[in-house]
Amino acid sequence: MIHVRNLHKYFGSLHVLKGIDVDIKPQEVVVVIGPSGSGKSTFLRCLNLLEEPSDGTIRINDKEITSNKINIDRVRTEIGMVFQMFNLFPHLNVMQNITLAPKQVKGMKDSEAEYLAYSLLNKVGLSDKAMAYPSQLSGGQQQRVAIARALAMQPKIMLFDEPTSALDPEMIKEVLDVMKDLALEGMTMVVVTHEMGFAKSVADRVLFMDEGLIVEEATPDQFFSSPREERAKEFLSRILV
Amino acid sequence: MYDWQWELIVRWLPILFEGMLKTLELTVVSIFLGSIIALFLALARISKVKIFNTLAIAYIEFFRGTPLLVQILLLAYALPMFFDYTPNLYIAGVAALSLNAAAYIAEIFRGGIQSIDRGQMEASRSLGMTYRQSMRFIIWPQAFRRIIPPLGNQFVAMLKDSSLVFAIGIEELMTKGRLLQGSTYRSPEVWFTVALIYLVLTLTFSYLVNRLERRLSISDSRS
Repeated sequence: MIHVRNLHKYFGSLHVLKGIDVDIKPQEVVVVIGPSGSGKSTFLRCLNLLEEPSDGTIRINDKEITSNKINIDRVRTEIGMVFQMFNLFPHLNVMQNITLAPKQVKGMKDSEAEYLAYSLLNKVGLSDKAMAYPSQLSGGQQQRVAIARALAMQPKIMLFDEPTSALDPEMIKEVLDVMKDLALEGMTMVVVTHEMGFAKSVADRVLFMDEGLIVEEATPDQFFSSPREERAKEFLSRILV
Repeated sequence: MYDWQWELIVRWLPILFEGMLKTLELTVVSIFLGSIIALFLALARISKVKIFNTLAIAYIEFFRGTPLLVQILLLAYALPMFFDYTPNLYIAGVAALSLNAAAYIAEIFRGGIQSIDRGQMEASRSLGMTYRQSMRFIIWPQAFRRIIPPLGNQFVAMLKDSSLVFAIGIEELMTKGRLLQGSTYRSPEVWFTVALIYLVLTLTFSYLVNRLERRLSISDSRS
């Protein structure tokens, strides 16, 4: 479903991604972990071209999105993204946040888009918040709306960029639960996170990144019980106190 | 002691009122036209296309870096001689005020647009919306609230700056004052009255801008 070959990214002279190769299958849940500055967010943001790769190819659903002939707006409708800072639209209420893109991009009718939005809000447990504005919601609620907003485009892949890092501890679970349900439904997911519990219980595969490379790739069981690489061992010893 | 004559002022009021209306007209028209030009300038200014960027910067630097009075004379007298045509002084005056206002308003627009968090554009684009759709539905509505107060201040500044078109004889408030002064030699009555009318105009519009700003900040805290 996703095929990345020799992906490089430079910011000026800073070499952030140094040749990433990875394949992700349909319905797979891949968790990307690694120390800060290892390039994991940049890697994720390359997958929907929020960052333009400096070199290499990315194929998604048999389309080479790194080719300059591709219509990236079309590709992005099939890839949902959830951000660390939620990035809800503050001037729109929850319903408008969710229905704007389906209406503008897909030409969905008002009634159809609202019906879809209600079913998604129901799914994330916020059906009573349709008319609320983002500032009236807690962080956890905002992130669940952001997930519903991304799902409203009916994407085939969901990208999560540290979705719980900006949340108070007591709100992390409600967001992870929504993500877990999504994984169980068979959504293809790539998740950058520091939530090792989530990685252990939900991921099919863990990618460990360090200094712009995927250093180790394993099932969660293997990775957390017996990591092969020295850098992975060191990282785990620091976070699993 | 100066023999202050109130009845002169009362007699002049219709003339001064006419000038005041012209001042308002000049201000409204040039802020309106200036805003339209400024929209394109601001988009060029934040564009990644180098040539647009450079042209916008050159425009803004020129109109902010030279006196408005000189710009008015350039448009009303210099360009017509250079290109050999008969100028309509009113149009030349409005053009100078609009082009000048556009340079300042462009920077206001740019500041407003760039003050919106980068994540807003990213979220919008990640949903498949185009750059134009994102600007229209996400960035612009948020920037607009932040633009209104400084744009209002620009309007108030233009009420005063428009007086410079007296140099090419457009009969707004300032010119009316000069005409009255020239025909009566009653400088004190003329200039105190003219000053007072300008003050009433600027205070009124400052008050309106403040009220609008408060209303916007209330709806802002909601969202």
